Amino acid sequence: MRVVVDFDLCESNAVCMGIAPEVFEVRDDDYLYVLQEEPPAELHDRVREAASRCPKQAISLED
Amino acid sequence: MDHIAVVGASLAGLRAAETLRAEGFTGRLSIVGDEPHRPYDRPPLSKQVLTGEWDAERIALPVGAPGRLDAGWLLGRAAVRLDAAARRVTLDDGTVLDADGIVIATGASPRLLPGTDGVAGVHVLRTVDDATALAGALDGARSAVVVGAGFIGSEVAASCRARGVEVVLVEPLPQPLARVLGERVGSVVADLHRRHGVDVRLGVGVEAVTTGATGRPRVTLADGSVLDAEVVVVGIGVIPNTAWLADSGLALDDGVLCDETTLAAPGIVAAGDVARWPNRRFDEVMRVEHWEHALDMAAHAARRLLAEAAGEPGEAYEPVPWFWSDQYDRKIQLAGRPHPDDELAVVAGDLDGDRFCALYGRDGRATAVLGINLAGRVVRYRRALADGLAWDQVLADAEANAAAAPGGA
Repeated sequence: MRVVVDFDLCESNAVCMGIAPEVFEVRDDDYLYVLQEEPPAELHDRVREAASRCPKQAISLED
Repeated sequence: MDHIAVVGASLAGLRAAETLRAEGFTGRLSIVGDEPHRPYDRPPLSKQVLTGEWDAERIALPVGAPGRLDAGWLLGRAAVRLDAAARRVTLDDGTVLDADGIVIATGASPRLLPGTDGVAGVHVLRTVDDATALAGALDGARSAVVVGAGFIGSEVAASCRARGVEVVLVEPLPQPLARVLGERVGSVVADLHRRHGVDVRLGVGVEAVTTGATGRPRVTLADGSVLDAEVVVVGIGVIPNTAWLADSGLALDDGVLCDETTLAAPGIVAAGDVARWPNRRFDEVMRVEHWEHALDMAAHAARRLLAEAAGEPGEAYEPVPWFWSDQYDRKIQLAGRPHPDDELAVVAGDLDGDRFCALYGRDGRATAVLGINLAGRVVRYRRALADGLAWDQVLADAEANAAAAPGGA
């Protein structure tokens, strides 16, 4: 799994960070940082949840 | 269970349907929606759709891979009756749905200002059709009166300013959002509007909205002042859509009353704006009208329905509510349940700056976190709130913030 964020869409609402903080972090500069672009299998469920909950649909997952 | 009817085809209804399928429900699934549209996302209505930045088509919610949901869509038809004991839903065209399980997700409707029925130029904002009508009315308009400085009213005011429309924002409370955020933080929101050229009238209600001599709406305030505008937008809250449940046998009280697991009756759950339930984390029976909550509660309710059918115990639903509101260049986020008279401690930035993070607390415990343009901080504190955050810890963070500030101790 590879996490791809469309930063033109991302509004830094930090919904993803609430669900999978190991992978997504919105820092004090208000930008989203992807901490693990290829997250380990045990995080996949939560990363999928984070992608599906993004209010801007800015997160896509590639196999 | 052979047949589940989801009544409500917006965010909560869609997420409930998706969750039912994801959890392995393979029976018949019906989704009823009173709007003619497929599910769409409401937050952009008061922002990107109203400013004209986005077409209305762009807000469609992804309904998942083709065939995955495998649902029968009954759109443009309102549910008018429920027999809870028989689990029978009747629609306005006479269709009867006999279901084994029912998800109630009928949302809420805007409260109207009394006496404004039939007054041309008066708008509310809830649906995409409302947004399209309002955006059309704002085309070429020079002035608008926005009644209510809650989240919708504030966002509408900001979008009007983005379009170059002059705005008078009328709020009967002493500060915007005073009942939610308290007067100190409310004053921050009022200042934000003023800095963007909004004429903010606080502590004054609307006496009447009539049709003026020019055929345009005329707003008379309780202090006697008269406002003529081309467009009036009323954002004074919503009422849960429960009229169709009047003789259903369900308990209704400002929403559908559920137990702590979201169950309203055997085989019936409710979620989203329409649902009221005891959130044990806050020891409060609450109804929450936010985007994230609609998703979260709908997923919980769908699982609850399946668990009940399987004879399994239900889990309590005890979230820390969370939402955001975009106004101008500010992203306001709130997590938790503040009381207006809670103590307030600023743990990052300062209240009059461009960005800050503040916590609310009472009785030695933090109750909520508010952030402006500091979403990451809100998420971290939200997690801490879920674990129970001591006010002493918050005060320590606030002291560290004050010490770090220029000119701080």
